[in-house]
Amino acid sequence: MSSANNGFRTESRLERVLRSGTFAVTAELGPPKNADPAVIRQKAGLLRGWADAVNITDNQTAIVRMSSIAAGKLAFDEGLEPIIQMTCRDRNRLAMQADILGAYALGLRNLLCLTGDHHSFGNHPQAKNVHDLDSTQLIQMVVGLRDHAAFQSGEEIKGVAPRFFVGAAENPFADPADFRPLRLGKKARAGADFVQTQLVYNVPRFREFMARVCDLGVDKQIYLLAGVGPLKSLGAAKYMRDKVPGLDVPNEIVERMEAAGKGIDEKKAKAEAAKRVGIDICVELIQQMREIPGVAGVHIMAIEWEEAVEEIVTRAGLAPRPNGSAAK
Amino acid sequence: MIVAEQKPLEEIRNLIRGAEKVLVVGCGTCVTVCFSGGEKEAGILASAVRMASRVDGRPQQVTHAVVQRQCEWEYIDAVRDQVREADLIVSLGCGVGVQALAERFPEKIVVPGLNTAFMGMPVEQGVWSERCQACGNCLLGLTGGVCPIARCSKQLLNGPCGGSVDGHCEINADTDCAWQLIYDRLKAQGRLDLLLEIQPAKDWRTSRDGGPRKIVREDLRLNPTGSD
Repeated sequence: MSSANNGFRTESRLERVLRSGTFAVTAELGPPKNADPAVIRQKAGLLRGWADAVNITDNQTAIVRMSSIAAGKLAFDEGLEPIIQMTCRDRNRLAMQADILGAYALGLRNLLCLTGDHHSFGNHPQAKNVHDLDSTQLIQMVVGLRDHAAFQSGEEIKGVAPRFFVGAAENPFADPADFRPLRLGKKARAGADFVQTQLVYNVPRFREFMARVCDLGVDKQIYLLAGVGPLKSLGAAKYMRDKVPGLDVPNEIVERMEAAGKGIDEKKAKAEAAKRVGIDICVELIQQMREIPGVAGVHIMAIEWEEAVEEIVTRAGLAPRPNGSAAK
Repeated sequence: MIVAEQKPLEEIRNLIRGAEKVLVVGCGTCVTVCFSGGEKEAGILASAVRMASRVDGRPQQVTHAVVQRQCEWEYIDAVRDQVREADLIVSLGCGVGVQALAERFPEKIVVPGLNTAFMGMPVEQGVWSERCQACGNCLLGLTGGVCPIARCSKQLLNGPCGGSVDGHCEINADTDCAWQLIYDRLKAQGRLDLLLEIQPAKDWRTSRDGGPRKIVREDLRLNPTGSD
């Protein structure tokens, strides 16, 4: 099977970028809360050429949106390389495997295995949640479908088995902090090929995390993409600092966002100044990430701000992207 | 114990509307200990319904009784005579008790006066906390005696999600992160290696997912070949 792919595990373009040793760039595309394909096409146009692959979120923050696989197919048709996010919150192992088969049949090649935000945060807190599998077990299942051509139950897949490049997530800033590198190691042992981290704003803490990851040798087992994202406003910075469980936004970042708008009275100009600094900070973070041993790329989360990605990637010196993905 | 809490009075009154003679049946076991359906609560509910029905001008005759265990036939039979007199029974037992009464007295209308909440224990005076979900395949030997099925909001088996902060679950600061508890206990015991093992996908057949459950102990049956 590997010979058919010239030594690659899958047909994923992201796998080729990472294996080549190129510092990888992934971005994020959030499907709309409606059934309009034009939204995906418009966002895809903003991202095309600036990222090696693009995460398509799956009912992000437990809010119903267009399915990640459907949106991923639309993005694929626009020339993007989608990473289909799949959470354990909304589907059991039957539904997940059915969707995995379908996603592969549609030409999708990357799958990110997530637990999922608790549905009490979303727009259907009355729902019954699933969590038949956890994210580590989902990784095992997707790897089993690929490497053993077997369903989770062990039953053989007769015919085409789905061969996904398998992603995982890790939050270096959640508790228990000591366990986080070990948990990542478990996901690597479960067979994940790459991991994207939660947004990094506290670089010293992230360095400590990475040092431990490297001590454990986990960086040799899995490609690690550090999560970064441009802050859009002072309010967003404060919200992320104070309200989002598991995010660590240091005060100095919040202060820089605050300073950005100081002395500017006009509302629009003030907001624009904050956005400029948000992008500056993101570019600086990427430059710092590139210096940290074990970091194989960045995952840029410009949530509902896809147009920022081009500037960030360009200013960070990461353009053009390899493999023809930069062709606009 | 099974922990339950009483339904709002208005909901109970709606359930018993039209009945002239009502019998409230408490239970002397779990719901007595969690102060929701014992002798005292049955008496209070009966008089509350009586008073409210009188205020409404449609007085209902409401009496109460308590059985030692509402989930076993022989105890339920102790109130057979009172049940015969009543048009309708309000069970202050857990969901098992309600069904046992309904099955024992199929000609009577039996309605629940409690909402059965969970299997748990009091953690301080007036506070009960869930501990077990009866998944049918106990994992507590692997998790330092803290159940991630009942106590992790996402029932994770391979460690905490990314929302665990300062010992709290992401759903709210009043909920402990079960995996922080597991981690702390296993660390204190020098058994963190248990957490490095990948726990495979759980077989939920022993849980409710396998359909309603039943245990048959042939060694205890009086009539092993008999039908049940």
